[in-house]
Amino acid sequence: MKPSRITECNEWILARFPLTKLWNEHMTHYYAPKNFNFWYFFGSLALLVLVNQILTGIFLTMNYKPDAKLAFDSVEYIMRDVNWGWLIRYMHSTGSSAFFIVVYLHMFRGLLYGSFKHPRELVWIFGMLLFVALMAEAFMGYLLPWGQMSYWGAQVIISLFSAIPVIGDDLSLWVRGDYVVSDATLNRFFAFHVIAVPLALVMLVFLHIVALHEVGSNNPDGIEIKDSKDPWGHPVDGIPFHPYYTVKDLVGVGVFMLFFATVIFYMPEMGGYFLEHANFIPADPMKTPEHIAPVWYFTPFYAILRAIPDKFAGVIGMGGAIVVLFLLPWLDRSPVKSIRYRGGIYKKALLLFVISFLALGYLGTQPATPTATIFARIFTAIYFGFFLLMPLYTRWEKTKPVPKRLTPVHSLEEQLPALIEEITVLKPASTEIGHNAFKGSSFTRQPNPEGIRNVISRFVKKAIGSLD
Amino acid sequence: MKNLLALLLLLSLSFGVAASEGIELQTANIDLSNNASLQRGAKHFVTYCLGCHSIKHIRYLRIALDTDVDQKKMLKDIAPEGASIYDQLHSAMNKHDSEKWFGTQPPDLSLIARSRGADWLYSYLKSYYIDPKSPRGVNNLIFKDTAMPNPLWQLQGEQHAEHKKNIWGDEYTNLVMKEPGTLSTGEFDIFVNDLVNFLVYVGEPVQLERQRIGKYVIFYILMFLVVAYLLKKEYWKKIH
Amino acid sequence: MNNKGVDQSKRQFLTSALTVVGAVGTGYLAVPFLAQMQPSAKAMAAGAPVEVDISKMEPGQLIRVAWRGKPVWILNRTPQVLETLKTLDSELRDPLSQESIQPESSKNPARSIKPEVFVAVGLCTHLGCSPTFRPEIAPTDLGDKWHGGFFCPCHGSWFDLAGRVYRGVPAPTNLEIPPYRYITDTQLIIGESAEEASA
Repeated sequence: MKPSRITECNEWILARFPLTKLWNEHMTHYYAPKNFNFWYFFGSLALLVLVNQILTGIFLTMNYKPDAKLAFDSVEYIMRDVNWGWLIRYMHSTGSSAFFIVVYLHMFRGLLYGSFKHPRELVWIFGMLLFVALMAEAFMGYLLPWGQMSYWGAQVIISLFSAIPVIGDDLSLWVRGDYVVSDATLNRFFAFHVIAVPLALVMLVFLHIVALHEVGSNNPDGIEIKDSKDPWGHPVDGIPFHPYYTVKDLVGVGVFMLFFATVIFYMPEMGGYFLEHANFIPADPMKTPEHIAPVWYFTPFYAILRAIPDKFAGVIGMGGAIVVLFLLPWLDRSPVKSIRYRGGIYKKALLLFVISFLALGYLGTQPATPTATIFARIFTAIYFGFFLLMPLYTRWEKTKPVPKRLTPVHSLEEQLPALIEEITVLKPASTEIGHNAFKGSSFTRQPNPEGIRNVISRFVKKAIGSLD
Repeated sequence: MKNLLALLLLLSLSFGVAASEGIELQTANIDLSNNASLQRGAKHFVTYCLGCHSIKHIRYLRIALDTDVDQKKMLKDIAPEGASIYDQLHSAMNKHDSEKWFGTQPPDLSLIARSRGADWLYSYLKSYYIDPKSPRGVNNLIFKDTAMPNPLWQLQGEQHAEHKKNIWGDEYTNLVMKEPGTLSTGEFDIFVNDLVNFLVYVGEPVQLERQRIGKYVIFYILMFLVVAYLLKKEYWKKIH
Repeated sequence: MNNKGVDQSKRQFLTSALTVVGAVGTGYLAVPFLAQMQPSAKAMAAGAPVEVDISKMEPGQLIRVAWRGKPVWILNRTPQVLETLKTLDSELRDPLSQESIQPESSKNPARSIKPEVFVAVGLCTHLGCSPTFRPEIAPTDLGDKWHGGFFCPCHGSWFDLAGRVYRGVPAPTNLEIPPYRYITDTQLIIGESAEEASA
């Protein structure tokens, strides 16, 4: 029987391009651990947000004008005169905040399950390079609307470079292309933001995924699934990425889109955190706004910068806060990967780290009063302590025995029926029919206060107990 | 260890008690679906504000379409003489004159509602008072030493400031109406509210439309989510 | 991987269902992006109709206005010109304007709503240059055959004073007549046709 046209076409392509091989290697025969939980959605979501930023970015570039005299007005032109311009703009601005939420949660997963540890150090390094590139991309993108916050935020951050001894002033001049942030700065930031850094981001994403696929994914138990293989050479605790995780990630995408759409259509400004109020005023080099704060996702690092009293040391501190993340694979001396089997010290240290990161984030949005500065210093110390003391407290802490195979997963879906049983009580409902035969055959579920109390206290006890 | 954590948590919560800065603002009643209010607000703006302040990011045509005003009526009753329906709302004042008279160019107000907020604008326009010490003879409780004169003084009347101290020794200022204007207090409040409502609309004309579309988008995503979840459950039945 | 007990038909159905839902969503998502490239409100405003006052026009005078970035001519034609137009049919490629672009109201021998006032887009239908206005009869540079009209200097196309193209020149069709109508006897609006206005 003669093969069909489509089959012939396929074979022509496959003889010249390893499409099937790639599909198999990275999707249908890439065995991922079967116990991926909530924390494992954020990698694919980050990719989704990247695609969103690129797509909406391209369309914004069709109407945006990177000229200091025209930029602000061109953004309002997009918001009002361009068909659907407002939607594309909001998708881009919400996407940029969403990117950081997703990426911070993605990185936190790494801290929870030791995904940065051997043999995944390079995956972590590429990831950290991605994070740095993302911060550069966001910083330069924020200058483009040329609002008051855009202008003054850029002015403040670029002037930090001048703190570097000897070369500082020349370096700032070189970055700006002028003596102050000006049209020259805007144009070059536009070039970087639109093409240079996105190219770097895409290449780094490719490297990040290839490095991951080379060693295989980590999992919430932190054990290497490749250690137990079946007679066909596949990990017994592994499942093919496609179709299992493609289908699961689609659900993740759906939930993410729900939040994303709610923000875009009902609260795109997010109380002034996603679109800052001061940025609706055109940039005025003669007038500085009362409070200059970077966008929310930079505030933890900004707080660290302000906490340190010396300008240059502050810059070093802010940079150091990122550098120390690069060193994580070598700072952590624990033989155990996942937080489930680590000792109580790491667990408490991680909790302290989270609290200090969030607190620093909040402090970064507030003016630097003396009290706030004291707290910022305390939390900065905790932030750095988490990393710099890690070689000590991870080597000597008492860990729990690590299982050989993945532990069974009890997802919320599975626990839900039992939970509902516990927090509600069946009560006979009154019916309209007064006859005895109908009594006791219809029931309603009412909330059971005692059951609810039990569940909450059990949950709290478990949460506190998990810190040991 | 646990005590330290508890202490830190409590301390970080204490930031919630933030010192309140500045004057308390009055609340504006913003309703962008109220076309009558928006039309009145547009007329008020053209009459009392457009002389100095442009709102250059919006066109008469857009206002007419969004507030359900016939285009001919817009040109006859609301827009100034000689305007085309496609025109943006530019002010007649030029930069040179404005800097001579006011020391600064009156800012474009297209986005003032998004940067200052509706309540601030509402309170600002109601808080002018006579101040012999200021160069223009008036001052404003919300924006101290503003260079802007009170464009609505004939409607509101003249207010005087009374500086008082409360029982805790804190100073505060009351504004008292000394010379009533052509509108009563209630009428003036509605007047300012209409104007601020219009400015909120001008800040983002597409606001109502985006909220309307949002319903359908969320509904679609929920549908997608349900089918995706069922598909996931079907595939994952065999796992574990 | 154990495939026993897999409900293949259910999987197939759900996959198809999700594909359909996803495709619909992608279609709806594409709409804003594609629509965004349509002319914006600013372009539409710039392309808005233009009003012209012809009350002060002298006989034989040509006014030029801009509409949608193109030159539009308004020519006050004398009775002699209108007479001459009737004699030129044999030299023209499309004397009855069957292949050219004009609104219904200008589909007549004089190619205008009122014969004395000729309105046309002043761009040669060859490659878009703007022809020169040459109302004089038989000038030295154009020769005896020239009875008054528009001459395009770029590649030498000839048009008569009703914008009709001569035979044997590069331009393929008569000059385009834009939609226009009379608001009053002395006021034209270019960009709105009589048919549209009454609709």
